[in-house]
Amino acid sequence: MSEHIVSVRIYFLILLALLVGTGLTVVAGEIDFPWHLNVVIALTIACVKATLVILYFMHMRYSKRLVWIIFVSALFWMGLLFALTLSDYTTRDWLSQ
Amino acid sequence: MAESLVVEHEVHHPALQHHFENLEQQREAGTLGMWIFLVTEIMFFSGMFFAYTLYRYKFPLEFASASNHLSLQLGAVNTVVLIVSSFTMAFAVYNAQVGRQRRLVISLILTIILGLTFLGIKAVEYRDKYKDNLIPGQLIPGHKYSPATIHLLPGASPQHTEMFYWIYFAMTGMHALHMVIGVGLLSVILFYSIRGRYDPEYHNPVEVSGLYWHFVDLIWIFLFPLLYLLGRHIEHGGTPLH
Repeated sequence: MSEHIVSVRIYFLILLALLVGTGLTVVAGEIDFPWHLNVVIALTIACVKATLVILYFMHMRYSKRLVWIIFVSALFWMGLLFALTLSDYTTRDWLSQ
Repeated sequence: MAESLVVEHEVHHPALQHHFENLEQQREAGTLGMWIFLVTEIMFFSGMFFAYTLYRYKFPLEFASASNHLSLQLGAVNTVVLIVSSFTMAFAVYNAQVGRQRRLVISLILTIILGLTFLGIKAVEYRDKYKDNLIPGQLIPGHKYSPATIHLLPGASPQHTEMFYWIYFAMTGMHALHMVIGVGLLSVILFYSIRGRYDPEYHNPVEVSGLYWHFVDLIWIFLFPLLYLLGRHIEHGGTPLH
């Protein structure tokens, strides 16, 4: 079997990182950052946590390229959904102004 | 004919399906299939995340006000519970890979208990919202949505807070449904683990169920900051931006 076995030590480190990330996001939520930085910080921490889960807990780092392509396709379609639909909703009142 | 089949099956691992060349190929096909399913799940949740984005953009003050009514403590505890359950699930997959039967069973039981703990805490949160008349619409007979208990930020319109609760219940409800399915799935895996079906050569069902469990954790990693934290800094006198 060419299956890659992730060591328990790495799983522990990821768990630790995820718990620290959760703590950080709660603390950052209480602080008032300028502009839209609060949501940017919250989403950045969430994305880092998600990346760790996908790469290590879900073994993506050790998966075949085909699995990568399938996962990235999800992000691609999600990007299309957000970009195209928001480009409609956020510009609807431009003409009436 | 029957004899030749028997001979063939004696050579192979009993779990190998006849349409696969070997267990390696079978494992890769299983994992790939699960990822394709998870892609459809990401698409499904994307629609709801988009609805959230749009209405937060439209009603930033109302969303912040309604969000502050949620219990940050319960939400944060649930986040930790789910992250630890993801760890015990990863540990279960590890034990299946190295063939540690007892530890596999124990880590699966722990994962199920943590999953049920999450659902229990979620139920407490839902009950609190019911008590405060924050179930949107008129889903429950005799119960009508009322934003009376929400501390509204200056400029927020009371009736638009209901949109936040529609999205809150749709997203966390759908997430909780996935948790219930996950607990059911892991119970089946636990049953077969106790019966000793999985070994270092064949454990793809454990792995694939683990992928599903981690996916449910992933959704919560985004739901927690988006639903529970979005108005905290405004309550502390910060600027009300979306």
